[in-house]
Amino acid sequence: MSMQLEQSPTTGDEVISNYTINFGPQHPAAHGVLRMVMELDGEIIERVDPHVGLLHRGTEKLIENKTYLQALPYFDRLDYCSPLGMEYSYVLAIEKMLNIEVPLRAQYLRVFFAELTRISNHMMNIGSHIMDVGAMTPNLWLFEIREDCLNFFERASGARMHSAWFRPGGVHQDVPLKLLADIGDWLDTRLPELFEDAMSLVVDNRIFKQRNVDIAKVSREDALAWGFSGPMIRGAGIPWDIRKSQPYDVYDRMEFDVPVATESDCYGRFMVRVEEVRQSAKIMKQCLAQMPEGPIMTTDRKVGPPKRAEMKTSMESLIHHFKLYTEGFHVPEGEVYVATESPKGEFGVYLVSDGSNKPYRCKIRPTAFSHLQAMDFMCKGHMLPDATAILGALDIVFGECDR
Amino acid sequence: MTVLHSAPKYASNDGVVEALSAALGPMLISATEQHGEVVLTVARPEIANALKLLRDEHEYQQMMEMAGVDYPSRVERFEVVYMLLSVTKNHRLLVKCTASESTPVPTVTTLWPNAGWLEREVFDMYGVIFAGNKDLRRILTDYGFEGHPFRKDFPLTGYVELRYSEEDKRVVYEPVKLAQDFRTFDYMSPWEGSDYILPGDEKADAPPVAEKKTTDSPEDTGADKNTDAKAAKKESPPAPAKDEKGDKA
Repeated sequence: MSMQLEQSPTTGDEVISNYTINFGPQHPAAHGVLRMVMELDGEIIERVDPHVGLLHRGTEKLIENKTYLQALPYFDRLDYCSPLGMEYSYVLAIEKMLNIEVPLRAQYLRVFFAELTRISNHMMNIGSHIMDVGAMTPNLWLFEIREDCLNFFERASGARMHSAWFRPGGVHQDVPLKLLADIGDWLDTRLPELFEDAMSLVVDNRIFKQRNVDIAKVSREDALAWGFSGPMIRGAGIPWDIRKSQPYDVYDRMEFDVPVATESDCYGRFMVRVEEVRQSAKIMKQCLAQMPEGPIMTTDRKVGPPKRAEMKTSMESLIHHFKLYTEGFHVPEGEVYVATESPKGEFGVYLVSDGSNKPYRCKIRPTAFSHLQAMDFMCKGHMLPDATAILGALDIVFGECDR
Repeated sequence: MTVLHSAPKYASNDGVVEALSAALGPMLISATEQHGEVVLTVARPEIANALKLLRDEHEYQQMMEMAGVDYPSRVERFEVVYMLLSVTKNHRLLVKCTASESTPVPTVTTLWPNAGWLEREVFDMYGVIFAGNKDLRRILTDYGFEGHPFRKDFPLTGYVELRYSEEDKRVVYEPVKLAQDFRTFDYMSPWEGSDYILPGDEKADAPPVAEKKTTDSPEDTGADKNTDAKAAKKESPPAPAKDEKGDKA
């Protein structure tokens, strides 16, 4: 009896045509609600068409219908991984139009907590980037740090995530001394311990490097043309940091380095973020050392609300409080574009005022919009699994991208 | 004006307006400096050329953002604003042009590839058309959405809402039904109150009724003579007697 070998159905010169797949909108590595229509040739990506807007809530339109102060909490809900970084641009834009002076202690507090936000944001991104390329443990370890950060935010503002703590003219409440002491201890002991521990697992890890080194290289020219900012532009080798070149609040008094990647690949972007965490800790320590005592809100009562105790004895304060929380303050006519270095890159607010108590137009410049747009040219020619590594290194949050 | 605020400090604006006005020449309509921002208004057909000039000869390498603004009272109701950044000169610039629904703005996708999505967003939100943009699809709104939601005359609530229909086994679109009336607060004058009616306030101005429904006299109660007679008795019947155990007799 002779054996009959079954013929493989794909042997021979068969033509395999390109096919299109959907990546997301429900995909654990899509970092939220991203739908990408991918055209593949085998496992090679030919074209990517990201479909965004699944989380569009019309924030900018809602802001036009609220007073300046009422619109502030919307910013927490944009990039919910770094809420204070979002508030920062908005309050600075209002302050720029009003041209009011912010007390020094408030400036230090804002820089201090903005850097804490950067650490907590990078914990999230570094962790999920590592997980996207296959390692579970570092993510869990990094979340321990993030949990510490959220507890600190809660002790400062009362809310773990949506703080609404930066206000035009300063910050909402002063922080207790014990909180600053605790964060100081944490910066010296727990943070370096946990963070360096987790990083020792990945930065020289062979698998991690194989998945990230030489993936999605971006030249300096491309990075400029595509409107990259933040770790993405530093990852392409351009030393551009708004905190350094266009300092706001007390960043000009801080001493810190701007990390730049030499090889503009996903690994480079990752390492820029890792170093930024260390630099943020350095800035926070300087803030603690230099922070003076004093008021935390502007004394201009047409913008900053009076203290509760003052209102019990002063009629003037009571009127100011009532007017501020009903009518709100009026912002002089004009337009400004204010951009700050949020953990993900340049986060800008273009504010148009018609002189009333509500913004006439508030355009929010998300960091993710330009970065995600470059997905097509960054993915081209790479393998399908590289798309998750590229996406992880972009650091994208859809609350901010879709607004 | 002395600078008191602590917003990002970039290179000085001194002489920028004069230098760029001279460079742009007839393309420029107006150049102003307010709140520390240089704003250049450029004629619409020349916007791409003006931006190319600024990018190539004045080192504004990056276009960080594009915004649409709606001024319904103007003849050309929209403004398209381009935010430029020079990383070498460390300076920012706002360049804008006006447009209407029917006047296309030249695309700048040829200058900056990231203009593609930004133009799509302005088109989606305001309906401004960009001539030369090869991929002018909607971007943020739903598939099949109609209208341009960021126009000032588009209602905040929108026109349609959607829900999952168990009968149809799919998501269905329906006209917006608000469970509570849409309220806008006019905070500009809290002393004079709002122009809508609070629940219950509508009764204040109601005309007086012909027949009052009050019980001022016994006749008004509507009870008959027997009831009135009982009501006139001032004594109430005694409590029922109890035996020693406390049980009822």
